Amino acid sequence: MEIKWRHDIDQVLKDAQTERKPVLLDFSAAPT
Amino acid sequence: MHVREQAADFKRFGERYGVQWTPTILELAPDGTEQHRVEGFLETADFLAQLKLGLGKSAFKAKQWQDAERQFREIVDRFGQSDAAAEALYWAGVSRYKATGDASALKETAAAFGSRYSGSTWAKKASIWK
Repeated sequence: MEIKWRHDIDQVLKDAQTERKPVLLDFSAAPT
Repeated sequence: MHVREQAADFKRFGERYGVQWTPTILELAPDGTEQHRVEGFLETADFLAQLKLGLGKSAFKAKQWQDAERQFREIVDRFGQSDAAAEALYWAGVSRYKATGDASALKETAAAFGSRYSGSTWAKKASIWK
């Protein structure tokens, strides 16, 4: 199960709807 | 998205989905509807089991009973020591019942809890099917 992490959230949600793919939305406060 | 590096997105989407804590991972359907939520840090096996639980729940909501059962049973088989496993065993039984209409699927699930996860909340929930 490969996850392609992206940061353009609005576009991700649009693409998911178009491509009928599920989305993982990660809310993080981890040190970077 | 990171609380500081993507602060505006974090605030906007955090409010939209009612995120109260980090880390939080949401599994969304293609239309953006929340299917499953994982709050707090988990080790890899527990995290993967939770993701599969979300996939199973998505299939269940879509009435794709066989796919749902497959996802749930895979959690029990591959991540049997994870916290999600007992819940997955429960929903695997329900998915089979939904697919077949055969109540023996529930009875067999209750029996399976006799040998695994017997102290779990899910075993208690399944006990009514004995």
